[in-house]
Amino acid sequence: MRRAPASGPIVARLRWGAAPEPPSGVIMEPNVSPPAWTKDADGWTSYFRGLAVAADVPGWILFATALGFGALAQELGFTIWHTLFISGFVYALPAQVVLIDQLARGAALAAVAFVVSVTAIRLLPATVTLVPLFKDPTRPRWMAIAAVHFCAVTAWLEGLRRLPDIPVHLRMPHFLGIGFGMLLQTFFGSLVGYMLAAALPPTISAALLFMTPIYFLLSLVANARAIEDKLAVPLGFGLGPLFYLVVPGFDLLAAGLLAGTLAFFWPKVRR
Amino acid sequence: MSAQGQKPPGAEAGPPAALDDGFGGFLVLAVVGVLAHEPWRWLGLVIGVRIDPDGALFRWVRAVSNALVAALVARLLFFPVGVLAETSMALRLGALVLGVAAFYVGGRSLAVGVLVGCGGLLAGLFAGL
Repeated sequence: MRRAPASGPIVARLRWGAAPEPPSGVIMEPNVSPPAWTKDADGWTSYFRGLAVAADVPGWILFATALGFGALAQELGFTIWHTLFISGFVYALPAQVVLIDQLARGAALAAVAFVVSVTAIRLLPATVTLVPLFKDPTRPRWMAIAAVHFCAVTAWLEGLRRLPDIPVHLRMPHFLGIGFGMLLQTFFGSLVGYMLAAALPPTISAALLFMTPIYFLLSLVANARAIEDKLAVPLGFGLGPLFYLVVPGFDLLAAGLLAGTLAFFWPKVRR
Repeated sequence: MSAQGQKPPGAEAGPPAALDDGFGGFLVLAVVGVLAHEPWRWLGLVIGVRIDPDGALFRWVRAVSNALVAALVARLLFFPVGVLAETSMALRLGALVLGVAAFYVGGRSLAVGVLVGCGGLLAGLFAGL
């Protein structure tokens, strides 16, 4: 997988409305050749091409990990409708798992909302790096609001990877297609995982449940670029269980704050 | 369509107390799930290019968020729920290490890492570990 480009320079070069040149001037690398289908393509074509992206490998990884979420929700006693509601409307697996885990353990609702919100803060910089790529003033506002709903790790990575090669006027429908396709993968993955967890032998269910932690850990490792992002992973992993024993209910927040702060300042102190 | 009542014996957690009645349950989810979560995306849209995603504040927030998810991973692993709780800690840790190793050997591929890790857990369970 191509590495996501560093966000700083893109943002500087894609400042909305700052450049008077035609939209085509926004394409980051003038030498990239757009995919063949973009020739004479209209918005719908671009949308369906985006949907097709979700049928590629990253989409199926998402489906598989959503199986784990569905299985977990079933184990924790959630109804299928609550499970699907969370998949569609929250649509970010870490937040989904935190949400059902905290609710099932009977945490106070305010604490649940707070922790879910903290996991969502990570989506802010992600959205900020992606929005300039599909920003299109000729499209209605609801499209942009729908598009940012699809900002979760998988769709975000695919958007960063593919949108720069696509002509600007086709980017919004293309990203809506990618995002909606990924949402369908999550939705049906949760549904199938929920059904399977009740029906399958316990060994297979255990493997489904095991998908969530291993996928989260690997995607943290895969997406960490800055040194503090990398340090935060083992620190959080180590401190999390300790805090769970000491302050259950506040363990994620306490471990996240302490480990994240340590990871952030550690490289600076050592220098 | 509801699968309630078919919970395997290993699941000790009942239906979440906060989600008792039908409409109220969705309302709770909408507030503590969606309303707690979605505004960060809207904020990302609104401020768009006007903030520096490589600035100190956002780097710190990102580190906290990474650590929080890593802590969640550790909890799912060390204090699992449901049928996963009936597997041995050594097997879970072994399968995780195997998956992480496969991720690096397989060219940092998420699919390879996840499949090998889960495959390792299954193989261990079938071997009676």
